[in-house]
Amino acid sequence: MKIPFPRQLFRPGPSLTFHSTAASQAQRWSSSLSQKAGSAGVCFPGAVNSKFTNAMTFEQPSTYPAIPTYRCTSPDGDIIDSSVALPSNDVALKMYENMLAVSIMDMIMFDAQRQGRLSFYMTSQGEEGTCVGSASALEDGDVIFSQYREAGVFMQRGFTYEEFMSQLFANGKDNGQGRNMPVHYGSKALNIHTITSPLATQIPQAAGAAYALKMQHRQNPSTRPRVVACYFGEGAASEGDFHAALNIAATRSCPVIFICRNNGYAISTPTLEQYRGDGIASRGIGYGIETIRVDGNDIWAVREVTKRARELALKDGGRPVLIEAMSYRISHHSTSDDSFAYRARVEVEDWKRRDNPITRLRKYLENNNLWSDEKEANARKRLRGEVLKAFGEAEKEKKPPLRAMFEDVYAELTPEIKAQMKELKDMLDRYPEEYDVTEFEGGKESLST
Amino acid sequence: MRVTRRICSYSRAGLSNTTAKPVASYVSTQSPRPYSTNPPKARLNIPTDFSTTALLAHRPQTALQNNELPAEVRNGTTQQMNLFQSINDALSLALASDDSVLLFGEDVAFGGVFRCSMNLAEKYGAERVFNTPLSEQGIIGFAVGAAAEGAKAVAEIQFADYVYPAFDQLVNEAAKFRYKDGKAGRDVGGLTVRMPCGGVGHGALYHSQSPESLFTHIPGLRVIMPRSPIQAKGLLLSAIASKDPCIFMEPKALYRAAVEQVPTAAYTLPLSKAEILKDGFDLTIVSYGHPLFTCSSAIEKAEKEFGISIELIDLRTVYPWDKECVLKSVRKTGRCLVVHESMVNAGIGAEVAASIQEDKETFLRLEAPVGRIAGWSVHMGLLYERFNIPDVARVYDTIKRTLEY
Repeated sequence: MKIPFPRQLFRPGPSLTFHSTAASQAQRWSSSLSQKAGSAGVCFPGAVNSKFTNAMTFEQPSTYPAIPTYRCTSPDGDIIDSSVALPSNDVALKMYENMLAVSIMDMIMFDAQRQGRLSFYMTSQGEEGTCVGSASALEDGDVIFSQYREAGVFMQRGFTYEEFMSQLFANGKDNGQGRNMPVHYGSKALNIHTITSPLATQIPQAAGAAYALKMQHRQNPSTRPRVVACYFGEGAASEGDFHAALNIAATRSCPVIFICRNNGYAISTPTLEQYRGDGIASRGIGYGIETIRVDGNDIWAVREVTKRARELALKDGGRPVLIEAMSYRISHHSTSDDSFAYRARVEVEDWKRRDNPITRLRKYLENNNLWSDEKEANARKRLRGEVLKAFGEAEKEKKPPLRAMFEDVYAELTPEIKAQMKELKDMLDRYPEEYDVTEFEGGKESLST
Repeated sequence: MRVTRRICSYSRAGLSNTTAKPVASYVSTQSPRPYSTNPPKARLNIPTDFSTTALLAHRPQTALQNNELPAEVRNGTTQQMNLFQSINDALSLALASDDSVLLFGEDVAFGGVFRCSMNLAEKYGAERVFNTPLSEQGIIGFAVGAAAEGAKAVAEIQFADYVYPAFDQLVNEAAKFRYKDGKAGRDVGGLTVRMPCGGVGHGALYHSQSPESLFTHIPGLRVIMPRSPIQAKGLLLSAIASKDPCIFMEPKALYRAAVEQVPTAAYTLPLSKAEILKDGFDLTIVSYGHPLFTCSSAIEKAEKEFGISIELIDLRTVYPWDKECVLKSVRKTGRCLVVHESMVNAGIGAEVAASIQEDKETFLRLEAPVGRIAGWSVHMGLLYERFNIPDVARVYDTIKRTLEY
């Protein structure tokens, strides 16, 4: 008797299957409270489909087959699941360019951090496919919550180089008004919530946001139904917030797609020290959530899976879906990390060479005569130029006004904060030699009024 | 944790001797507290008589005389309600007036363990009033997300003692939401977190806490604690309407004990604005929530015996708090005591006292040190609650010593 993993649903090969528990859920709801007269036994409300057995056996996780990893593109760029609806050539080329742009921006910004031109940076090497692929399957109105390694999602949605650079340099054009560390991007226009550093806090928020969207559509059916997509790493999935989120999303039938980027490392901690179960996907099944594992290096697989997940998430009034996208974090965790302290350089080089989402899509494009060495060289040169131009401009911009330090704590400045603003201004007036405010828009004067 | 909660929520001996009985009978039925009874000869430490206290509006006229109420409410009707009924009334009015209001938490659908959400799921539907799984971080995370997408999310934490798993969501997410979003302009002002707090006589370590000062250290949150049914209704409706995320703490000892005439119409009362409950000239007492009743009894005794008059201020919102009201009063009286139930260390009293001595004009007017009467810096041991929570004798004694200084 193997209940938690419905074995019959596991199919070998590349077919796209979400592991579903929806049917048993419905049954449980209607029959959880009363027992029929003359029943052979009781039916416990917590597990109504469980059969009694007189054979005492502990379930052995190791005897269950691992959830398969769906892919539709071979490492050589050939399509191996003919049922997949591929995008137009223009869309494919744009997606390739977006992945390339992220990787070029990553190289430039990593080096810039090393030169001390910005305080911090996080690269996405190895995970461009998961981000660009999934974002390409969402609609503009869909709301996104991200963790911090989703530059590809921002790029695919249309976040501009100027917006990236303004945030990274914390200049006056930064939405975040110089309040946050680099890579904490956000955009209301693109429906992407601003990143916060605490891990996994975005996951239950995504469930609640999805519930709000569901209620809005229900109260106003003429609006287009929307879903929430929520990104996080496999390390974050150890936090209580992850578990709380999946459980509440399942019980409230929230139209949310949870997208786990399983890249093998949480800073230095390998997955073997992060969990002992079958990855993050196995947990979705435990929470009664339709779940799929996908090859994160296969951008078409990620896109297809996300498209199908979106349909599922909106079915029958809404439900959560979990996607576990497998990849390898080729980059260091951040610029504050040297990953060769805990993993072999050869392991990284091997992954970089053997399989990565950019080269796989490049092979696909080349197989279809859409790409060449010459195009590659031109694109890289052009993108590099665009990034560097935005870099140079953003670095020169003034910082936000000092006043921004005090604003947006409450909807309106409180009397206490107004008094403190005045107190700081007074200090700057009386000790001009002790403070340099020249880089801030308007100097110390923004603290007046 | 769950077992303890069940025990507590279904045996509310400290709140009443039965469950859900008609309000009127509470006034006459003073069931003795099982662990905190007053000695027979006590003249100070006798239980508050909620049927006569001046802090509650026992007659409709008293309720409607409130100048903070808009004219149409003052010309309307009242209904007798206890604190949980007025909370229920406020929640019902909020749900009725705005489709985006959602109400959820553990055991909320059947009415809540303190009956605050009674009949609301039936009235407004199971999609707007619902149970969540047992996970405080999940509840608040969910609420932050819902508020971020335009919902007015009213989340209940079953006891303030259990809010700690949600601390990250409140401190790092809710409080900073507007600040981190900056020019993008999104906020979670739609978020209101309700939680019962404070001692009831038998709640011990994990059903008695009053953790307001853990939240008053966090810019971005508004922390509110009402003293009475009228206040609870108006302040809760303000909290739900507020553009800032609010922590709304309900003194659970008052859920059934505090009964008064409450205006039936919807109304709001100002946030971050204190209220002078009683004018006086010789001393100012600053408090909020349940201890205001203790202060009122102590003031009655002290005024009679010492021939003085004492000003009583209810902070109502403990952060951002109404400093101006307190400073103005202390400049007049020259003496000040702060009374609260939670621990004295780094509590509200510390902030109020520091602000008084920091203000030059007020400092010069002081005739005595600012006193703090609060819980000792210990946990709420089951048998010791009556020695821990400020009582009439301690407030009375500190008044006396402050006058004699």
